[in-house]
Amino acid sequence: MKRFQQLAISNAQDLIFGKAPHPVVTRRGLVIGGGKVYPEINFTLPPMEINDRTFPNILEMYKAIVEDICKRALDLYVDGFVVEFETLMEMTKNPHYAIELTSAMNDILEKYYAQHGLKTALRITPNDLREFLRPPILRSGEFWEKMLETFAGCAKAGAEMLSIESTGGKEIHDAALLMCHIREVLFALTVLGVRDMTFLWEHIVEIASQSGTFAGGDTACGFGNTAMILAERRHIPKVFSSVVRTISAVRSLVAYEQGAIGPGKDCGYENVFLKAITGLPMSMEGKSAACAHLSSVGNVASAACDLWSNESIENIKLLGGMAPTICFEQLVYDCRLMNQALKTGTDSVLKSLFVQSDTGLDPQAFVLSPEMAIPIAKIIVESPTPYLAGKNVALFTIERIREALQQNQLHIEEREIAYLNLMEEQLSGLPEEESRFIELMLPSIDPAKCRIEEYGL
Amino acid sequence: MTDFVETLAFYVERGKVNKDAPYPPDLRGQEGVDELVKKALSQGVDPDTILKGCILGMQRIGEKFGQNKVFVPDLLMAAKAMNTAMVHLKPFFISGTVKRKGTFVIGTVSGDLHDIGKNLVAMVVEGNGWEVVDLGVDVQVEKFVDAVKSHPGCAVGLSALLTTTMVNMEKAIKAIKQFSPETPVIVGGAPVTQTFADQIGADGYSPDPQGAVQFLTRVFETN
Repeated sequence: MKRFQQLAISNAQDLIFGKAPHPVVTRRGLVIGGGKVYPEINFTLPPMEINDRTFPNILEMYKAIVEDICKRALDLYVDGFVVEFETLMEMTKNPHYAIELTSAMNDILEKYYAQHGLKTALRITPNDLREFLRPPILRSGEFWEKMLETFAGCAKAGAEMLSIESTGGKEIHDAALLMCHIREVLFALTVLGVRDMTFLWEHIVEIASQSGTFAGGDTACGFGNTAMILAERRHIPKVFSSVVRTISAVRSLVAYEQGAIGPGKDCGYENVFLKAITGLPMSMEGKSAACAHLSSVGNVASAACDLWSNESIENIKLLGGMAPTICFEQLVYDCRLMNQALKTGTDSVLKSLFVQSDTGLDPQAFVLSPEMAIPIAKIIVESPTPYLAGKNVALFTIERIREALQQNQLHIEEREIAYLNLMEEQLSGLPEEESRFIELMLPSIDPAKCRIEEYGL
Repeated sequence: MTDFVETLAFYVERGKVNKDAPYPPDLRGQEGVDELVKKALSQGVDPDTILKGCILGMQRIGEKFGQNKVFVPDLLMAAKAMNTAMVHLKPFFISGTVKRKGTFVIGTVSGDLHDIGKNLVAMVVEGNGWEVVDLGVDVQVEKFVDAVKSHPGCAVGLSALLTTTMVNMEKAIKAIKQFSPETPVIVGGAPVTQTFADQIGADGYSPDPQGAVQFLTRVFETN
């Protein structure tokens, strides 16, 4: 396994949208991270069942969505974009659905490339089915096999980037989030999560290698984004969610250590740290993903993106047209603005506006600024183990939030401050060695919730 | 007795489990619900009064949660404190000396694995005095019906977070109502709306745990 020992981007000025030290070039000629930001559109079905009876209708719906988006792309003079096909559970459980949909969408993208030179790529993101079993079985069984079958089949059918929102460690993390137990969060992300990612991504990279596709990247969606949504609803403190986000980078990094080459997946808000470490292009989402979920990081999330995504939108009719096409148009205008800034040399000004407009209002935005991302990324690569990287990053995040509060650079609710103290208290007594940390945590793991042996422990 | 109810309610609301518990930091070293309830029972305090104090504490923390004045961990610690009292009250529940307000069966519908929202609803409902039967996630229709059979007079809560699984709520409601038309069913989850709830024949919809409590209060009072 590759270990990143130094940063690919070591100063905040260079951590910027559209430019990655190691761009990805797709087979239809889309250069991601090569000086331009492209839209990445994702969509989902309206309320309906997925079965053999409804599938013909679903197939037609997906084809119509992609066709309509391609037409709009031509109307708006877009020269390239990515379609993310994030499967629904039934499509991963029955891979033939996912494969047929992939093939149909890819045919349309290929047609527009052949006829109009429209440079596109299709990303496939199967569901992590393994959590259907409680406690999850992670390394074998029907669900595991179906996931791999979906990856391999879709790669063969035309999907070019392989991604997932994996869930290893989530069975411990969910409860830890609700209790704001930062030690359990650390254990779930940097011990369990890292081990599962190591196993999972070895297989995904192998499939990518055999099929001539790209192992894109993973996200801490079920971890960092769950925290973000809970914080958005005021269920947990935003400062807690901010620390979860920075620790989550340690887990998501493993995909790249195992050989993923990007572009990173959109809902990984931690991608800003990963871009600094790996130099690989990253997809990000923010204000234009409000159709899928609310957040307080709408502008800052675009500061270092290479693809700009909407996360997901239901295929419903709105006044302007079908919702996915509307979302696509919004992304196109976001990208136009960033690309014009890149073209005219005003990119650093625009980036600075993206950052400054968000970071003083919410600690979750504050930690995603390039100025924070570089030292956090540095801590991660300089730490000897993922566990210690997580612990060090958490303590650093708390310290910097405190400093920003003292300097009136950041606003948080009064009741949040107690949680900074609480987290610091929980983290400060932890050992340096990962083995001792595991020894400390294992007795508290309920075997009814987590099969520790599935993590090789 | 009002003093005792108020004191117990305070310790439940603050999540003070027992004397050794480090939470909440400002009550460190003080006795908690465990000691208070043990002492009360030994002094012959009516178990119903103890239950009343617990429910009052949970109602207060639930209201604060609904008003965004406390976080989920505060709610969870209060629930933990209440559960400490429930351990002592268990023999009285078994003998029928004290009774819950009713039974609430809850689960995330088939094909859906999301359970954080469902768990929060279960916790708040339980804290407000109902017995909660949590069927978990990816619950098949038959399992809901079996639970209704096993818990006559219960109400049911269905949760879904996906547009493609919310349709399974309708199937569950149809099956439940076919077996027991009078069983009240409430639905919730990110894509669910009142309109959708009406369309699929649900008796109630709530976007939050407090709404579920209000629904249960209404239907159980009516019944």
